[in-house]
Amino acid sequence: MKRQALTTTLIAYAFLAPALVLMGLFTFYPVFYGSYLGFTDYTVAELASGEGPKWVGLKNIQFVLGDPLFQTGILNSLKYLLVVPILQIASLAVAVLVNQKLPLMAFFRVGYYIPVVTSISLAAVMWEWIFQKEGFLNWSLQLLNVLNSEGRFNWLLNENTALWAIMLVTFWRGFGYYMVLYLAGLQSIPAELEEAATLDGATAWQRFWLVIVPLMRPTLLLCSLLSTIAAIRVLEEIIVFTGGSGGPLNSTYTALLYVYNKSWGNMLNANFGVAGAAGLLMALVGFALSYINFRLTREERGER
Amino acid sequence: MSKGAQEAARWHPRASLRKALSIAFSYTLLLFILGFAIFPFLWTLAISITDKQASGISIYDFPRSLFPPAVTLGNFFEVFDKLNLGKYFLNSVVITALTVVGTLLVSALAAYPLARLKFPGRALIFGAIVSTLVLPTEIAFIVNVLTLRDLGLLGTYAGVVLPLVATAFGIFLMRQAYLAIPGTLMEAARMDGACELQILWRVMIPLSLPSLTALGIFTLVGTWNAFFWPSVALLTNDDLLPMSVAILKLKGQFNYDVFNVAAGAMIMMIPVLVVFFLAQRFFMRGMEGAVKG
Repeated sequence: MKRQALTTTLIAYAFLAPALVLMGLFTFYPVFYGSYLGFTDYTVAELASGEGPKWVGLKNIQFVLGDPLFQTGILNSLKYLLVVPILQIASLAVAVLVNQKLPLMAFFRVGYYIPVVTSISLAAVMWEWIFQKEGFLNWSLQLLNVLNSEGRFNWLLNENTALWAIMLVTFWRGFGYYMVLYLAGLQSIPAELEEAATLDGATAWQRFWLVIVPLMRPTLLLCSLLSTIAAIRVLEEIIVFTGGSGGPLNSTYTALLYVYNKSWGNMLNANFGVAGAAGLLMALVGFALSYINFRLTREERGER
Repeated sequence: MSKGAQEAARWHPRASLRKALSIAFSYTLLLFILGFAIFPFLWTLAISITDKQASGISIYDFPRSLFPPAVTLGNFFEVFDKLNLGKYFLNSVVITALTVVGTLLVSALAAYPLARLKFPGRALIFGAIVSTLVLPTEIAFIVNVLTLRDLGLLGTYAGVVLPLVATAFGIFLMRQAYLAIPGTLMEAARMDGACELQILWRVMIPLSLPSLTALGIFTLVGTWNAFFWPSVALLTNDDLLPMSVAILKLKGQFNYDVFNVAAGAMIMMIPVLVVFFLAQRFFMRGMEGAVKG
């Protein structure tokens, strides 16, 4: 019987071995070693000469906190969070819209999901044409008489609009995904509640804000948590739209772009110590946001 | 009461007019949102089939450029010829195939002992895998490139794929599937003298095909579309770039050909669309559908 247990243990670890080795090497080790690098001097020069990292304590953290570029990055990443409430409320509204018992709803749902399965690099190719000076966005705005032909500009090359333009693409790629999550939640709302509100003379607008939003709060909070974490970590969008420059005038320079440009984004000038320190600080911001969101969600559960 | 209300609505002409208006409004809104969701694809499709020789047409000549006057498939051939898209397409296929197979293999193997075997350290290992969901991954990519460099894997297919295949998501998904299989089936197989590997291969895997399929499809779409990690892991070797990275490099070239890039974009999108339409139930139900089969 004892031999049997030993055999089982051996088999279990043999089955787990590939996963454990790969996770250890590419998930756990980089987090710890990367954090350690944040407290050392380690640049591409040391890497090339084969020297190891040298411990310098909090020097990198101090440098990063004092670096105006990182401050701009944090500010832009926080600005990016504005996409979260808009995205969540709009996705819920879209979910309500396609949850009606009308023909063709499955067709619309599938259509809305297509941007979710679109690569960010393809999104960049297509949306850059839309945002051009002669692009579709300006043409539509001209049709609506919002712009005249002199007022046209490239949305990605204007420091007041570039970040918003990229946020619109995040919105475009996200609303179908959250719509599906909200649809699952909406199934649990009894139809009588909405009917009762309709009988009481509530308009669709009132039904949405006074019946659906309060009832969907747990799902709303969960989705907001997912979307907050994604938004504060925005990086790919910036790389594909600005080529990693964070321009114009650093108006799209985000905190993770700083980490990227201090490491492999700019290989010849890479400073892994500074990049690691900035990454650690970002991880702390991420933890803080998750914690706030988690507390909100838990309070919600406590109430019920 | 609600039935009465519905009848009242049916018989009341003003109420039924209001209902018709509200349905018309719904569809207008639905179509508008659909336009927002798929317009970029429609325009790119229109550009990709525009015959650029036929007229000196600009892609910004609205609304004419949305309905190309002369249609051709020439751009699709040209993009293979001039921009070497075939190479990048093949890279995408190889990287995606290796990642899918690797993920399925690693997850299917690792999930089995976690779901069905009793051994010391199980809770600890399970906890460690859970913790990867909250570990800060912001800095992982910096070190992973250094690691690949030390292993001599930087700029190889293996270097792109290996860091991707062991995921908490995949292991969870398979563990859930195995947990749902009745224990009596395993007992019966053991009685017949099957070893654990045979039980996994003959009993567990055939019975969890829906979850394996879902995991495979999600991994496929995710890897095919992935931009950031392949762009970093193949920093030193442009020859192995997948299409998702290459298409931006092509577009970054001075004086790039809009029509060819649009054709390239379509070629990259079509496989994803086919997979998505065939397997939409996995996506549209969220994970619930995948777990329940």
